[in-house]
Amino acid sequence: MLTKRVIPCLDVRQGRVTKGVKFKNNIDLGDPVEMAVAYSDGGADELVFYDITASAEHRPIDIGMVKEVAAAIHIPFAVGGGISSIEDMERVILAGAEKVSVNSLAIKQPKIISDGAAVFGRQCIVLGMDPVRNPECPSGYEITTQGFRVRTDIDALEWARRAVELGAGEIVVNSVDADGTREGFEMTITRLIAEAVPVPVVASGGAGKPEHLVRVFQEAHVDAAIVAGMIHTGDYTITQIKQVMQEAGIPTRMSY
Amino acid sequence: MSYTAIIDYGAGNCTSVASAFAALGGETRVTRDAKVILAADRVVFPGVGAAKSAMDNLERMGLVDVVREAATNGRPFLGICLGMQILLEHSEEDGGVELLKILPGKVRRFPDVPGFKIPEIGWNQVNGGTEYYFVHSYYAELGPYTTGTTEYAGVTFTSRVQKGSLLATQFHPEKSGKAGLALLKEFLAC
Repeated sequence: MLTKRVIPCLDVRQGRVTKGVKFKNNIDLGDPVEMAVAYSDGGADELVFYDITASAEHRPIDIGMVKEVAAAIHIPFAVGGGISSIEDMERVILAGAEKVSVNSLAIKQPKIISDGAAVFGRQCIVLGMDPVRNPECPSGYEITTQGFRVRTDIDALEWARRAVELGAGEIVVNSVDADGTREGFEMTITRLIAEAVPVPVVASGGAGKPEHLVRVFQEAHVDAAIVAGMIHTGDYTITQIKQVMQEAGIPTRMSY
Repeated sequence: MSYTAIIDYGAGNCTSVASAFAALGGETRVTRDAKVILAADRVVFPGVGAAKSAMDNLERMGLVDVVREAATNGRPFLGICLGMQILLEHSEEDGGVELLKILPGKVRRFPDVPGFKIPEIGWNQVNGGTEYYFVHSYYAELGPYTTGTTEYAGVTFTSRVQKGSLLATQFHPEKSGKAGLALLKEFLAC
């Protein structure tokens, strides 16, 4: 049986993993490669790295770090946050990442999704989206960009459907309302998208305890869930999360 | 010097495969040179993406006969994902593609079944036991050389196949953590 994936997310700034709430108060959490190895050994089914940058001023992706991660772990990982062209995608994938994630860029240039899918296969192209509640949109949720700062007037559900038509192989739904709260995943738009698109959907934002993952898998029917703060702080291990999932009857990979 | 050739025919990147073998201490050469492939102690035939473009690439690079020989010359050979499917007879992908016909069997698309996403992405069990990492929309039917089966979307498909020194997997051992490395280690010991 295909298991539900638990995916730690590592925000990397200037070579260090950091954690901030709504892009503020960044706290240094450690070395990305060391943390990747620890999470891989500890039961992560996949990893995602966001905003891997080499310096604060310029924002090219730190390809050296992607290579170091690829050499150190042997589970899939995605890179997102600093992709600005098909050439960036190629560098990241050739450096050993399984997938690239595009978000704001895809809103400005939807063609990056179809171009990327044509070159690398749709399984490599992840669409990240940051929906926020807006009753005036048909689905009740609007897409934001630039780290929640810019509203777009684009309906979240429409955008998910369109991205899959363009060639996105997976969609990460990162709720603006839930992000950083550790009070549970956003359930409404996450479920709407998971049930509407034929590709896997990943819930992101708001995980604070194992029961939150159980709920999003059982009620929003997602294929994977992203965790960050709850494991970075040491409050829970991945194994603790997975034990709770397994006890709830969710297919979970327990041997690693 | 003993080495494993990883065939680079433009069907996905070989970095992860090379890095997994490097972790096991194996010498690898990523190559599309027929001489380097056929002189290797063992050969890995990876692949992601579409069957038709992969077959076109093999033909354009003059590698069809090279792969055929490497897969049947008695030296260890490992096909991974699309590199397994291409060894079979025919695929439904892209309106129908003739494959290398080294192994019997056909490649079909997963049926659309409510609750099952396509592609299948993630860790699934082989023979009801260990989980490995899969990424695929098409699957190989069960055949006489199937040694591992996996279930998805109501289908039981070939996830591992072995014929003599030829081993092939639908899953990605190079992305399957310790379980995957254990399989690659066995392959290196062949």
